[in-house]
Amino acid sequence: MGEFTIKMPDVGEGVAEAELVEWNVKPGDPVREDMVLAAVMTDKATVEIPSPVAGVVTWVGAEIGDTVAVKAPLLRIEVPGYDDGSSSGEDEGDTPVAAAAAAAPVAAASSSNEPKAAPSASVGAPAPRPSPLPDSQRPLASPAVRLRARESGVDLRQVAGTGPAGRITHEDVELFLTSGAPQPVASHGPARNLRVEEIKLTGMRRRIAERMTLSASRIPHISYVEEVDMTDLEELRTTMNRDRKPDHPKLTILPFLMRAMVKAIARQPEVNATFDDNNGIISRFGAVHIGIATQTPTGLTVPVVRHTEARNIWDCAAELTRLADAARSGTALREELTGSTITITSLGALGGIATTPIINHPEVAIIGVNKMVVRPVWDGTQFVPRKMMNLSSSFDHRIIDGWDAATFVQRIKTLLETPALIFIED
Amino acid sequence: MKEISCKLLVIGAGPGGYVCAIRAGQLGVDTVIVEAGKPGGTCLNVGCIPSKALIHAAEEYDKIRHMAEGQSPLGISLQAPPSLDLAATVAWKDGIVGRLNSGVSGLLRKARVKIVQGRAAFRDGKTVEVQTETGMQVIRAEMVVIATGSKPVELPFLPFGGPVISSTEALSLTALPKKLVVVGGGYIGLELGTAFAKLGSEVTIVEAAAQVLPQYDGELVRPVQKRLQQLGVRVLTGAKAKGLASGGDALLVETSDGKEHTLQADKILVTVGRRPNTDMVGLEGLDLDRSGPFLRIDDQCRTSMRGVFAIGDITGEPMLAHRAMAQGEMVAEIAAGLKRGWDKRCIPAVCFTDPEILSAGLSPDEARRNGLEVRVGQFPFSANGRAMTMLAEDGFVRVVARADNNVVLGLQAVGAGVSELASAFALAIEMGARVEDIAATVHAHPTRGEALQEAALKTLGHALHI
Repeated sequence: MGEFTIKMPDVGEGVAEAELVEWNVKPGDPVREDMVLAAVMTDKATVEIPSPVAGVVTWVGAEIGDTVAVKAPLLRIEVPGYDDGSSSGEDEGDTPVAAAAAAAPVAAASSSNEPKAAPSASVGAPAPRPSPLPDSQRPLASPAVRLRARESGVDLRQVAGTGPAGRITHEDVELFLTSGAPQPVASHGPARNLRVEEIKLTGMRRRIAERMTLSASRIPHISYVEEVDMTDLEELRTTMNRDRKPDHPKLTILPFLMRAMVKAIARQPEVNATFDDNNGIISRFGAVHIGIATQTPTGLTVPVVRHTEARNIWDCAAELTRLADAARSGTALREELTGSTITITSLGALGGIATTPIINHPEVAIIGVNKMVVRPVWDGTQFVPRKMMNLSSSFDHRIIDGWDAATFVQRIKTLLETPALIFIED
Repeated sequence: MKEISCKLLVIGAGPGGYVCAIRAGQLGVDTVIVEAGKPGGTCLNVGCIPSKALIHAAEEYDKIRHMAEGQSPLGISLQAPPSLDLAATVAWKDGIVGRLNSGVSGLLRKARVKIVQGRAAFRDGKTVEVQTETGMQVIRAEMVVIATGSKPVELPFLPFGGPVISSTEALSLTALPKKLVVVGGGYIGLELGTAFAKLGSEVTIVEAAAQVLPQYDGELVRPVQKRLQQLGVRVLTGAKAKGLASGGDALLVETSDGKEHTLQADKILVTVGRRPNTDMVGLEGLDLDRSGPFLRIDDQCRTSMRGVFAIGDITGEPMLAHRAMAQGEMVAEIAAGLKRGWDKRCIPAVCFTDPEILSAGLSPDEARRNGLEVRVGQFPFSANGRAMTMLAEDGFVRVVARADNNVVLGLQAVGAGVSELASAFALAIEMGARVEDIAATVHAHPTRGEALQEAALKTLGHALHI
């Protein structure tokens, strides 16, 4: 009678570890040969681990969810008539498996206290270093080796030297080039940059990342792009700006768009809503609180112009300016950055003909503004220069059907193209 | 005059500029070089080469004079004391400079580099105007290399002119100053001061720091100080020059104790440093980033302006000809499309005093300041056979190595003729040698170079000849 240790098999794909997702046995269970004991998951697939022996499970080395290193002991089975040769050091059962997985980093090879004797030849030696030298430390290599490396685009800090005191030889560089290290693109031109910088996601950027992941992974988006002739609206805007009262703010396109949205929402209130998908509840709002995606020095924020349904165009513009300034200077209040019911995103200033906006979760619609440009438009008899602008809008396809999304955007288009309609009371 | 268009334009034909142009020409790059003076720059015309010629002449004269005084242990004597014709010495020096001038011109022509004689002024980053003897020449280039070098620093209270001279004038004196005061105890001042002392001048050196050659550690400087004393050179450290005495025949000096002294002088040689020639016409309009008074460059000698490179003294310390040459060669290769970058491990520095000082890499103190644990080995020339046979036993060779793996970090020496060890020192450091490598290399006997091997053995704890 002896114990047979089953280790995490090499599941291929070049992975060094896998996540344990399922146990089919527990200590005390009898197992047959080929019976599935557990399942592990790599990035790409779930792999079942069969038993090579028959016996009784005596120990399991990981819990579901643990990451287990390849070759770490996974479970032990007592097998009648099996000699485990436990004196051979095979038994590693006392080591917690998850800890073994975590304790895998390779030891740094640099600066041992005693100068090591040089291996007689570098053949078969590992070419890349276990970990690259820091920027401040220069690799030890002769000028000719350094030149060869530069010409081949090899960063010598990544190469393990087999010479005395870790000196990098010509052979080390050749081996690095041929042993799976990426080949240089060309012998001339800029050198490849092999630097990898790891930046921990924190603060604002982390919040943005989480929100975007939530939105993109939970909401099936449908995006709809339409072009709008802004020529008439631009004429109106110019006139209004020219004749505005001293206390009136300068109008951009956004207040017109906001007012147009209010009008369109009156016909299609379903787009001015949030969706709680955990509880399957849509909240449809009478108030139109429009979020304005704003780039700030610390990242993307969305200040909210509240109750646009109750604001005239000048109010919209004034509030928009106030909030954008507050967001950029970091003085916006928490209430001013939450509670939107629909959002506008504008990358128009940077150009681009279309975007695929990501909905501001848990809302169901977002309207994207692209750059306005003068384009030739066929009026039936000739090409005329018109100020054209694309709207790129996304909708939560669970809630808004494609037909409704298109209808909504077309309504906004009509309002913007005939701007008098924005101001006419229905 | 017709405009010239070229791929590479080099401004300045000093050691950086001419090497850059020659290498570019070798690589088939269409190159033009502009120089206002003679080819070779400071190094060849008023620096390295003429000073070494004068130093050598002074050494020879000094030796023979001592033989005439019956002081030679070699058993050589002369019946009459030798005489010196400084004008002839300077003419001989000028002959060497002239040969090298034409040598550089020949090398440039051989490399198919077009030479334009005149002073260049930038019109824009890619165009310069050169005022030549035959009129204005406009040169347009894809890439420009600024290699305009440096010039001696002038003290505002001691402007050049009259008895106050720079190293340039000192190298062309045709009559020996009876009393010479040198302001500045750096390597230029000490080299020239020592030479004039050997030629027969009464020399005083005025240095503001606590030690002459303040960039070197005391151990390396000590043999030089001893020799200066033997030569009768008066050294005032911690002393500041205040200006000329009213008669113009003496220098006013304030010593560290606050007392004023008047030093009689036929000539006052000011060697307090060099500053970059950034006053070139049009350079200020190029918006090039600076690093202090110098042009800022990256590891490919690129300035902040695309296609404009800078090399040599104008880019900062160490202001040494061989650094400029290495930069020039590298820039030429970059201009030819090759992948190059500045990755030198050391720039050896030589001080042609008596005895000479040589330094490559880190001194023990510098290494420790960098947080490195070091082991140091030193071997004196007093235990070196070749040094004994040449009557020059002063000095030593020193090895600085990492304590953990014996990789050589620095090599220094002081002694007669040690400048010739510079190649071995630099090679060891560039190759990443360990102390064992030097110790295991057979060194020829009898040579001064044996001291390098012995210093390496000493670092390992088993020197053989001490």
